[in-house]
Amino acid sequence: MASNTKNLQFDAKKQLEKVEEQFQTLQILNEEGKVVNESAMPDLSNEQLQELMRRMVYTRILDQRSISLNRQGRLGFYAPTAGQEASQLASQFALEKEDFILPGYRDVPQMIWHGLPLSQAFLWSRGHFEGGNIPEGVNVIAPQIIIGAQYIQTAGVALGMKKRNKQSVAVTYTGDGGTSQGDFYEGINFAGAFNAPAIFIVQNNRFAISTPVSKQSAAKTLAQKAVAAGIPGIQVDGMDPLAVYVAVREARERAINGEGPTLIETLTYRYGPHTMAGDDPTRYRTSDLDNEWERKDPLVRFRKFLEEKGLWNEEMENEIIEKAKEDIKAAIKQADDTPKQKVTDLISIMHEEMPFNLQEQYEIYKAKESK
Amino acid sequence: MAQMTMIQAITDALRTELRNDPNVLVFGEDVGVNGGVFRATEGLQNEFGEERVFDTPLAESGIGGLAVGLGLQGYRPVPEIQFFGFVYEVMDSISGQLARMRYRSGGRYHSPVTIRSPFGGGVHTPEMHADSLEGLMAQQPGLKVVIPSTPYDAKGLLISAIRDNDPVIYLEHMKLYRSFRQEVPEEEYTIPLGKADIKREGKDLSIITYGAMVHESLKAAEELEKEGYSAEVIDLRTVSPIDIETIISSVEKTGRAIVVQEAQKQAGIAANVVAEINDRAILSLEAPVLRVAAPDTVFAFPQAETVWLPNYKDIIETGKKVLNF
Repeated sequence: MASNTKNLQFDAKKQLEKVEEQFQTLQILNEEGKVVNESAMPDLSNEQLQELMRRMVYTRILDQRSISLNRQGRLGFYAPTAGQEASQLASQFALEKEDFILPGYRDVPQMIWHGLPLSQAFLWSRGHFEGGNIPEGVNVIAPQIIIGAQYIQTAGVALGMKKRNKQSVAVTYTGDGGTSQGDFYEGINFAGAFNAPAIFIVQNNRFAISTPVSKQSAAKTLAQKAVAAGIPGIQVDGMDPLAVYVAVREARERAINGEGPTLIETLTYRYGPHTMAGDDPTRYRTSDLDNEWERKDPLVRFRKFLEEKGLWNEEMENEIIEKAKEDIKAAIKQADDTPKQKVTDLISIMHEEMPFNLQEQYEIYKAKESK
Repeated sequence: MAQMTMIQAITDALRTELRNDPNVLVFGEDVGVNGGVFRATEGLQNEFGEERVFDTPLAESGIGGLAVGLGLQGYRPVPEIQFFGFVYEVMDSISGQLARMRYRSGGRYHSPVTIRSPFGGGVHTPEMHADSLEGLMAQQPGLKVVIPSTPYDAKGLLISAIRDNDPVIYLEHMKLYRSFRQEVPEEEYTIPLGKADIKREGKDLSIITYGAMVHESLKAAEELEKEGYSAEVIDLRTVSPIDIETIISSVEKTGRAIVVQEAQKQAGIAANVVAEINDRAILSLEAPVLRVAAPDTVFAFPQAETVWLPNYKDIIETGKKVLNF
């Protein structure tokens, strides 16, 4: 039928295809750890490269230990992170201390590397309100549970930074699933309209719990959603720490220079379940797909890259593994030693001053809790 | 002192706080150049600039998120939701985020946000503009909910709301915006949140109410007076938390009470007031506490609106039932 119609004055489908063609995946290190894009290489010292590797190894161990602590009943809510280290840690590595992170619930590692004590991450997992009591000078907020809410808040934090003439950016994370939320569009659109210094990161790990990206959107890439908001968007290989770093670093520079927000899609994969609360990925993912993505592993390729340069060896790897284990042990002890949160704590923290009803209820629960 | 309508008193309060505190930001849909669809922000952008008073894209949830984020940066946001019927679009920012900021951050952050919004029946708006949704807000712990009934109260309460370090929902009844003028001091003053006001003293019946129903209740009290009944009218002003002391001491004095709200009868503020009276003053009562409210339907379209809304006649009728029990 289409072939019989006269030539269209304007081919909307072609226009879309043209837009989509623009969104190519940025990669610097391939799966073998070889540099495939020399001109995009970030300006990182040997020490910085080693530090990034240390953080990725450390966080992989933290993930393994967190899963077993959860199974032992010694941690509460936990969303596994293995597979997403490049996406999470290289993006945080591109930030400065004064930048503010608004994480999703899988983004605890970025909070830790931004300064959150590990013991508090554990308290948060256990459902203790002290977990969210971020120390002064650490610019993060407790992980968001409502998918997308952090996106609109990020527009607000970034606008506040702009109004205060700060040389800093607001950075937020969601997954592929989050890009379907209205708040996702409102967040990037508000930040664009206000030309606010924000970086919106979509960690596309292929599944919104169980629903594949192909069933979430007709969009070929999630990065192209930036076009609708009139802001730059870029898709990067999220298993490649150098590509993630470069994309975030450049977005940060643009933001600081008054050029507004950027949307970054990182193509990544979570090896584990959605959370430790009973999700079984074998119900929606094939082992072939798991294997395909494990071959892209960020630690494997970065290790090869560094070993080739003589910057990494087994001794360094073991050293950081031991450090991670010791830190985790100490942090769990610290969490264990923290007095349990009481209902009276909750009652007294709801408002600056307790209204009459809470004053009465405070007394009731004080009596209950002193029994 | 100047004669002001409620809308002028609201603008005056916003101007006062924009002057007092550089962290106060006023924003929302059409609040800038246009001065708001009801002119509540008239002239403020001119006086304070676009940095302080600004238009947002048309998205209530985004406005809520902006308020949360600006609060995290030490600002004191005063966003406007153009009509409170649109609040469903921003419920997560209000209930999911602002109301629990202190707890979820272990006290590190708080939300000094005042959300202003027009609501209320009697002005024949299209649907989703007029609904009384204060009960929905009052059900959310962590929020204060304020509804002024006079220009004088509107200014003092709004200044208090903006200065409060916790989220306040400040609801402005559209019918009261320009219905009358009142002496309002040009200098700043505050009215404490959580404190009711006795708008008329009486000894036979306590009429506990708020918002536009304060005026229907005063009218009813005048009519009852002619028949020899002395009714006291209590304006809650803050519907969450409510002023228990004022309510209970009035009920202890009169022994009879009705609670009047424009909202539907089910759940809501009036039900809560009745429950508190039962908890605290049952032995002072000479009669059951009855309610005057709208029927338990969604808000009526304009053709049926006038009958749907409670009025002074309904208040007199219910008042007499309690007086003659």
